[in-house]
Amino acid sequence: MSHIQRFPSAAKAATTNPLKMSQPLGAALAYLGIDRCLPLFHGSQGCTAFGLVLLVRHFREAIPLQTTAMDQVSTILGGYDNLEQAIRTIVERNKPAMIGVATTGVTETKGEDMGGQYTLFRQRNPDMADTALVFANTPDFAGGFEDGFAAAVTAMVERLVEPSPVRIPTQVNVLAGSHLSPGDVEELRDIIEGFGLSPIMLPDLSLSMAGRQPTDFTATSLGGVTVEQIRAMGASAATIVVGEHMRVAGNALELKTDVPSHFFSRLTGLEASDKLVRLLMELSGKPAPARLRRQREALVDAMLDGHFFFSRKRIAVALEPDLLYAVTGFLADMGAEVIAAVSPTQSPVLERLKAATIMVGDHSDLETLARDADLIVSNSHGRQGAARIGVALHRMGLPMFDRLGAGLRVQVGYRGTRELLCDIGNLFLAREMDHEGRGHGDAHGCGGGSCGCNAV
Amino acid sequence: MLQDKIQDVFNEPGCATNQAKSAKEKKKGCTKSLKPGAAAGGCAYDGAMIVLQPIADAAHLVHGPIACLGNSWDNRGSQSSGPQLYRTGFTTDLSELDVIGGGEKKLYRAIKEIVQQYDPPAVFVYQTCVPAMTGDDIAAVCRFASEKLGKPVIPVDAPGFVGSKNLGNKLAGEALLEHVIGTVEPEYTTPTDVCIIGEYNLAGELWLVKPLLDEIGIRLLSCISGDGRYKEVAQAHRARVTMMVCSQALVNVGRKMQERYGIPYFEGSFYGVSDMSDTLRTMARMLVERGADKSLIDRAEGVIAREESRVWRRLEPYKPRFDGKRVLLFTGGVKSWSMVSALEGAGLTILGTSTKKSTKEDKERIKKMKGEEFHQWDDLKPRDIYRMLADHQADIMMSGGRSQFISLKAKVPWLDINQERHHAYAGYDGIVNLCEEIDKTLSNPIWRQVRQPAPWESGPSSTLLAAE
Repeated sequence: MSHIQRFPSAAKAATTNPLKMSQPLGAALAYLGIDRCLPLFHGSQGCTAFGLVLLVRHFREAIPLQTTAMDQVSTILGGYDNLEQAIRTIVERNKPAMIGVATTGVTETKGEDMGGQYTLFRQRNPDMADTALVFANTPDFAGGFEDGFAAAVTAMVERLVEPSPVRIPTQVNVLAGSHLSPGDVEELRDIIEGFGLSPIMLPDLSLSMAGRQPTDFTATSLGGVTVEQIRAMGASAATIVVGEHMRVAGNALELKTDVPSHFFSRLTGLEASDKLVRLLMELSGKPAPARLRRQREALVDAMLDGHFFFSRKRIAVALEPDLLYAVTGFLADMGAEVIAAVSPTQSPVLERLKAATIMVGDHSDLETLARDADLIVSNSHGRQGAARIGVALHRMGLPMFDRLGAGLRVQVGYRGTRELLCDIGNLFLAREMDHEGRGHGDAHGCGGGSCGCNAV
Repeated sequence: MLQDKIQDVFNEPGCATNQAKSAKEKKKGCTKSLKPGAAAGGCAYDGAMIVLQPIADAAHLVHGPIACLGNSWDNRGSQSSGPQLYRTGFTTDLSELDVIGGGEKKLYRAIKEIVQQYDPPAVFVYQTCVPAMTGDDIAAVCRFASEKLGKPVIPVDAPGFVGSKNLGNKLAGEALLEHVIGTVEPEYTTPTDVCIIGEYNLAGELWLVKPLLDEIGIRLLSCISGDGRYKEVAQAHRARVTMMVCSQALVNVGRKMQERYGIPYFEGSFYGVSDMSDTLRTMARMLVERGADKSLIDRAEGVIAREESRVWRRLEPYKPRFDGKRVLLFTGGVKSWSMVSALEGAGLTILGTSTKKSTKEDKERIKKMKGEEFHQWDDLKPRDIYRMLADHQADIMMSGGRSQFISLKAKVPWLDINQERHHAYAGYDGIVNLCEEIDKTLSNPIWRQVRQPAPWESGPSSTLLAAE
């Protein structure tokens, strides 16, 4: 791999076309994977409105999200009263199983003591002991989406999980990072259940965000991992931790319960999927099911069929750190060159990226770095820049508001890797087929008939 | 001071609701205090951005942590016929260090970078909650930057926590009055120059209206702010007449322009056939009263007559298709009555409408049109709306994007009539567009299919079909 450049992230004063999204939004997404949960932003009402609209546009689902509606006076005097009133109102009106609180820039600038406020709330409201309550510190002015998601998962582990005297040998915990779509979580569950194991996914977006048709109106999340299941995670045989940003939560879980954890930085790609399957064979003592074997064979076949179109392709990727790691890793596996990897925030995973240029930046940086790229991989916000420089865009990550089924995409495991391979490969293939009519000259890079053109 | 400005906005004499209040009530202002845990909707910063962002050639820089812009950019459908800079998201993305040490220097550097790189005619700088708390003086930074860089740099002091979206609309209006309107003289003026306030050219709606104005001979000097250019907004003070489209949002601008420059204003709507005609008529009449040639009125009447007969003819095919179809209308303000007349004209039956954001006059108007029996809901809970739809009381719901899932989850047709829609419904052509969209969704064959029980659910499917 060639020389890696690292630009200081503070080189510019104006962030232009941000790639970054704020911590509370990440926390909200994590909370949405809990059954009958209502996430609550401790901030002014706009903080909630913007986050809500973004998630609605991406998932095309109703998003339950509430606000403590801080105004000028409560911001200055302190927000405990608003917080208590908000929780009381929510419990009375919506009776959720859990309320997940995320702070914002407003309450973090004031410096609200969330630990103290939790204790105070519990003392003053013994009648609400049945409602699980989780607080996460998620300032808007530090970190980003992934950090907020991690903070909420860690807070849930610390607040809810209990150590257990018994072990259920078939029960497995999965700490599912924010880079896993509801479709990914569903795929992961399928794979794990294929070995006769029962996974507890924290959070489980596959049950709440993958298209529900409720029989009545509900003001809370519908489906997801239950609070009882989270409490019971201490009885599992193992924990599968997916994503670098889940490492802290994984450590907290192991420290609290002594359940051994197995860490996966990515689940996209043949080798990464093999590693998971090997672990599941070990944990279950069972061979891989036939369906999975067929899927692996199909992925290997797709890699052989598709590698022509990926070899030496110059690709620029801008995504949240762990998704960035998974995608650039997969592209490198396929023989493509990642010429630029742009992350919205710092993360330890950036150290391990394979890319010519790695930087913490925004969509305008991506636009500059991708000028001579064959493809850009980024979220829907990348479409304006990609159009300006005339480079094709493959949409991934969040938000993806200009495509249907954004949340249902599968890109983990053998099947998901194969789908990702075909999606991106088809973009290259389509471009090569466009050469038809111009004759098969030197420009045709299909490798001699591999695109189906019979050019030798 | 921001506090004085807010008080001033609350005291708006042009606001009918406000005028009906006692002196003591007036002082309290018009923000309802929000209920924590049961509040929805945007903040003042959101409202300010909505008003100003359609000024397409300006740079819009959000001074705050990432949440304010990072979560919200690229999500409104205001269209521009030329410059695209307004679609670029700029923010100072404040970090922990900026919160501790202050973000003023970073703000200045950001303005400078934008001016050097993009050379926009002006930069709007939006204050948000966090720097407002840490005490960043954006007005001072903007003044300094303006002098140093030789460009208008306009502070928009509307941090989220001061109030609702609606208050933010008005604070944006104040920023325009204070720093923009009246700072540029037009190259030439005509007796038929008008200014439209509160029209944002969502889905290109203004372009369904503007050709009619052109044809009549009315010159759109300035639209605040749909398809706007900084210079056009800055010369709005030379208009002969102002039209307020969304009077709730920016009545302070219309009223103060009347006070300062003697420009009379009227409230009008581009939605619905009769409202559209009324608007053109009033505009022409007021221009003539202010000295425009009398023939303007005849030309307006000519266009109205032609367009009305054309629109009724084009709506005719929908009437049999809409016969017996019942509509739940969930919108607010002016649209709650102007839409009603338009839809009934096309043969739909309106079951009721929400009036949450409507004024007293709006409500009276609905009552007069529809009688006492007609449902007007001030605050209908999502659960109740869901019940009404699930019980087949309505055939279609029309509302904004936030409530779409109430309808879709009840498997009832839904149509977006708010700011995120992709179709233009203004003007005569817009009404036809609207009916076409309603017809498209009502007649889609999916509705029969999605209501079928799953194979594993009990009961033969034929009984359910018969129940329809």
